[in-house]
Amino acid sequence: MENLKRTPLYEAHLAAGGKMVEFGGWEMPIQYKGIKEEHDAVRNHVGIFDVSHMGEVEVKGQEAGKFVNYLITNDTNRIKDGDIQYAVMCYETGGVVDDLLVYKKGENDFLLIINASNVSKDLEWMDKVLSDSGFDAQLKNISNETAEVALQGPLAEKLLQEHVAVDLSKMTFFQFKEKVEVAGVECLISRSGYTGEDGFEIYTNNVKVEKLWTNLLESGTKYNIQPCGLGARDTLRFEANLPLYGHEMSEHISPLEAGYAFCVRLDKENFIGKEALVAQKTKGLEKKVVGFEMTGKGIARAEYPVFDASGHEVGHVTTGYKSPTLEKSIGLAIVENHLSEIGQEIWIQIRKNRISANVISRKFLDKNYKH
Amino acid sequence: MKIVQGLFYTKSHEWIRVEDEEAFVGLTDYAQHELGDIVFVDMPEPGETFEAGDAFGAIESVKAASDIYIPVGGEILEGNSALEDSPELINEDPYENWIIKMKIGDEKDLDALMNASKYEAYLEEVE
Repeated sequence: MENLKRTPLYEAHLAAGGKMVEFGGWEMPIQYKGIKEEHDAVRNHVGIFDVSHMGEVEVKGQEAGKFVNYLITNDTNRIKDGDIQYAVMCYETGGVVDDLLVYKKGENDFLLIINASNVSKDLEWMDKVLSDSGFDAQLKNISNETAEVALQGPLAEKLLQEHVAVDLSKMTFFQFKEKVEVAGVECLISRSGYTGEDGFEIYTNNVKVEKLWTNLLESGTKYNIQPCGLGARDTLRFEANLPLYGHEMSEHISPLEAGYAFCVRLDKENFIGKEALVAQKTKGLEKKVVGFEMTGKGIARAEYPVFDASGHEVGHVTTGYKSPTLEKSIGLAIVENHLSEIGQEIWIQIRKNRISANVISRKFLDKNYKH
Repeated sequence: MKIVQGLFYTKSHEWIRVEDEEAFVGLTDYAQHELGDIVFVDMPEPGETFEAGDAFGAIESVKAASDIYIPVGGEILEGNSALEDSPELINEDPYENWIIKMKIGDEKDLDALMNASKYEAYLEEVE
């Protein structure tokens, strides 16, 4: 795997039996012991992920707040300092550049967490928006020196509390704290994650992350902690109905079509893509991401075409699995709007055959967040 | 990786055990290890016929679907119904839990396959 980037935990992954694969230009562990076992560890006790491949961008300056609010579909005025907001960056067309987490440190001080495979595209876009809009703000890409570890699962708080002085029980989901010592390493910690479980995401400098990883892993042994790879990360986020860029949202699937209207504030003064998204809403959506359960035998995978009763192609699968938690063959698909009602029968092309499925609620399971 | 004597092997990591005119086809230990947790086996119907090397079904791991290829041409006699409810049996014992039973069309197809020691050498190559 030439020319791929490696996180500072690369050697630790090999030592732990990680099976390395290419992902977004990085060499990352897809699994260690097995996706199912890792998935179950997060749902039932605790798992630890290396997500150092994620991108981090600081935005500061006199008009940093105004700039971020113009860049994203959500509204940072709705959250307090120390809060996180989920948001989307759109093109003028309403298509998605990337989805991101916005950490609000102050009115004009933000940290944006973006997808690994989109870092250079996003930075180019942000630079362009910044120079076109003329806001007084500065961007700093700190991805290369920043490592990130996610500790996820119902026992994550208990484990992390052993290593920090701050009272974690006082942090609710989507809050963060800076300059927290975790096992002697200075970190930014947030109560957040991409699994549908309670948990924390911990950011620190590349140089120190191995100490952090080793300490958490060793002290987590009593809780049956598992190092988890990208395989389990995807099954977990999928079951929790959390979108993956390039699948449920993309340049061709707007946040409204993806079903994330909650993070699109059309009442906000102005932001990129507003006009197109208002038009989509006014006219009614042409297509929508729906949940489905297979009624015939098979597992629907991303990109498999979807058909209606008369054999017309009406969309495609965005993600599909035999859900490890529910043990059912379920998925998400983008389909023409008139087929989006719950109970609607659709057909999915699985190799040679078209197999039947029913549209179901996307709430596959209850999220276990701390409010 | 476990390799069993007396079977024939393909480069795509299937094995075939010949018993007179019938044969059993399954996945090798290497293949099940590479695939990880197997969650579904898409099997052909009895009576379907295939040429050597045709995809005759698919194995679904948690992550993805992979085609499985028939080592020799012939007709499907039956799929292993135990795998319908318990596909993970392939992970547990890939040589005991065959996927299909078939009738071999032309035994000459077997000549193109590897024996256990050749497959072992082949695995060292691909590793």
